[in-house]
Amino acid sequence: MAISRRTIVLGVAGLLLALVPPIAALTNQPFYVDLFRRMMIFAIAAVSLDLILGYGGMVSFGHAAYLGIGAYAVGIPAFHGIDNGFLQWSLAIVASALTALVMGAISLRTSGVYFIMITLAFAQMLYYLGISLETYGGDNGMRLAARSKFGGPIDLDQPMVFYYVVLAILVLFLVLGGRLVESRFGMVIRAAKSNEPRARAIGFSPFRYKLTAFVIAGGAGGLAGALLANQTEYLTPEFMHWTRSGEIMFMVILGGMGTLVGPVIGAVVLLLLEDVLSALTAHWQIILGPLLVLVVLFAKRGLFGLLLGAASRDG
Amino acid sequence: MTVTVALVLEQTLNGLQYGVMLFLMAAGLTLVFGIMNFVNLAHGSLYMVGAYLATAFAAWSGSFVLGAALALPATLLVGIVVEVVALRTLYERDHLDQVLATFGLILFFNELIAIIWGRAAIYTSLPPFLGGHIRVLPGVPYPAYRAGIILVGVAVAVLLWVLVTRTRLGMRIRAGASNRTMVSALGVNIRLLYTLVFGLGAALAGLAGAMAGPIYSVQPGMGEAILIQVFVVIVIGGIGSIRGAMVGAIVVGMADTLGRAFLKPMLATVISPPAADKAGPALASMLIYLLMAAVLFFRPEGLFPARGRS
Amino acid sequence: MAETLLAVRGLSKRFGGLLASDRIDLDVVRGETHAIIGPNGAGKTTLIGQLAGDLRPDAGAIRFAGRDITRFDAPLRSRLGLARSFQITSIFRDFSALDNVALAVQAHRGGNFRFWRPARDERALREPARVVLESVGLGARAGVLAAHLAHGEQRQLEIAMALATEPRLLLLDEPVAGMGLDESQQMVRFLGALKRRITIVLVEHDMDVVFSLADRISVMVYGRIIATGTPPEVRSNAEVRRAYLGEDATP
Repeated sequence: MAISRRTIVLGVAGLLLALVPPIAALTNQPFYVDLFRRMMIFAIAAVSLDLILGYGGMVSFGHAAYLGIGAYAVGIPAFHGIDNGFLQWSLAIVASALTALVMGAISLRTSGVYFIMITLAFAQMLYYLGISLETYGGDNGMRLAARSKFGGPIDLDQPMVFYYVVLAILVLFLVLGGRLVESRFGMVIRAAKSNEPRARAIGFSPFRYKLTAFVIAGGAGGLAGALLANQTEYLTPEFMHWTRSGEIMFMVILGGMGTLVGPVIGAVVLLLLEDVLSALTAHWQIILGPLLVLVVLFAKRGLFGLLLGAASRDG
Repeated sequence: MTVTVALVLEQTLNGLQYGVMLFLMAAGLTLVFGIMNFVNLAHGSLYMVGAYLATAFAAWSGSFVLGAALALPATLLVGIVVEVVALRTLYERDHLDQVLATFGLILFFNELIAIIWGRAAIYTSLPPFLGGHIRVLPGVPYPAYRAGIILVGVAVAVLLWVLVTRTRLGMRIRAGASNRTMVSALGVNIRLLYTLVFGLGAALAGLAGAMAGPIYSVQPGMGEAILIQVFVVIVIGGIGSIRGAMVGAIVVGMADTLGRAFLKPMLATVISPPAADKAGPALASMLIYLLMAAVLFFRPEGLFPARGRS
Repeated sequence: MAETLLAVRGLSKRFGGLLASDRIDLDVVRGETHAIIGPNGAGKTTLIGQLAGDLRPDAGAIRFAGRDITRFDAPLRSRLGLARSFQITSIFRDFSALDNVALAVQAHRGGNFRFWRPARDERALREPARVVLESVGLGARAGVLAAHLAHGEQRQLEIAMALATEPRLLLLDEPVAGMGLDESQQMVRFLGALKRRITIVLVEHDMDVVFSLADRISVMVYGRIIATGTPPEVRSNAEVRRAYLGEDATP
């Protein structure tokens, strides 16, 4: 069986990521464990968005909402003394998936720009809801009382352990996602993106499949949010702001949408860029803005797309 | 809080005033979308530019009115420059590209403003002749400035109506909203039409921004806060339709203002006051989105879709 | 007695001031090839749209194999056995020819909520797809990206996708549109062999194609069907001649 370019990139990336903690320990730079862990968490969020954006053609500007829900699903129980990780993270996934079900059921009745606007509006609605939760910090947010507890060797307060947990989840998502997009289900989604009238004409009713994909992506985003809360140990409604959705979308596009691996690259590159630029000037966003415009205008296929070369098999 | 007739009247007028601001923004955005099929997330940035320029010119000239008057053509100019330099190539692209690229512009403008004026909110003082109250009804004083905004809104609506229904340009705009390719095939200079429409939208947003200074906080990111609500207005009203923008703006302006003012006391009559205290503001902020969801559910093309689009 | 597979009664559709379909009655008998012709603007596209399920009629009913399908959407009609091809080629451009047909097979097999096994590995989907591709003459081009196929091959792919859904009735919207002479003749030969196995409703401008394939023809003018009959009957119909040739044509 021929090994595709994709698998090679995946393998190399996975190896490099796995080596970060030992290298950081050797060079006495623990900061990098933290940085790459943060990148991987956003990579997970970006991969979940790629499922519906890159493969499904659903331009959801409300994806950050799930990160917020996932984060609060960890933060609120922790606030009340419940720090069982299994409970919290399950809640994060289920709550996000349910939200996605409701949001999707309404939004997917529309398409095009209406869809973009309505997902944007829904996310903003959740943002305002978050702000109104005075008990949990309102618009200031709140500290995470304690990290999620799992018992046994999985102690998230140990930076390296936490790192490998995140890495494992990222790899799991990439594997599951890879199977999903090639499965019968994945084919329907991709066909609907490629040519929806055609998909309908041969007998697919795309709505139920799109909604399912939307829910899966939502649940996955929720898990990313749970991880993010543990990472930053602070959660605010800002997690859900629509501009955050835009940033995640930027990661997907920058890396290459519709590739699953691309978003990982996009997340790493974007966050590295932000890190480097913010060290140079407090006003680094003024570079990021035009950069996004340039990427959209000239490098639409993203970094991974460029890596794959001109002839890409399919969408 | 005791709900009196005076309070209801005051909040209704506030709702109308907020509706005017939304209308100014929505009219431009809906025209740009209806005629050019272009999603412009950066429309809020033009509003922000208008607000900052008005404040700067007012400080420089010493006159609020002069400041606002100068801000209008200045914002128009900024809009046209942005259109020619950055946006032209995006007309052919799909909506995702337009959304992302204009999102990038938002980041750029927010940061540019922050570099020049800093991140903290700046204040515009009201000119004395507009600072008082007028008597709407005996015993019901209303801020003269806000009443002024309502009047400006009515004037602009009338002017727009005249422009769209009585002039050549307006005819082309209406035709373009219905059928873009046909208009172009008929030999109208599409490029120029697009630039003019975009400029008109920018000017309207700038006007809204200039008027917003004294009563809303002027800071980086102010555009995005109102932009979402403008989207809601357009979705409810119907894309491409000015009439829809007007109706949608009033509906959203009223719903939002009255909701914030009265939902809590209204809820308190049916559920316990502490619960109403929590639920009231939360529900109020979600109200217009629920409204939008309802409209999309029952009438996805909006209340007054531009002819030929549904 | 011949069974009516598709029965249209009183179908009407208005677009603003334009009456695109004016109380259309149409019967398609099982096993026949029924052509619909008419000058431009006659409303053929609107009729096809309503038959396929893309457009909702304002009035009237459509019965297919005894069931009232007027309210059914396009996917449901397809699953019931009403397949269609598009006038302007509409295929999955970023998928291979085989993928395109396999998707059509998949749509009708159901069981699409499977998340693990790669669809391209499923013989139950690939084999029937391959067979259909061979039957339309695209067997050798199975692995080619649909966007890279020649125009005529893409039209063939359209038909293959429709056939892969094992339809009872095939709705063909200008199947030879944009094809050169050789390709058209090839398509006509193919459809000629096909018509023995399946009921076909055919919208076409090319009269040679119509007269060599159609068992019966319906003529549409200004949204109405003005004549239905065998090719000789339609040829000699006075109203038809007036519509096509003008007032002063003599039979």
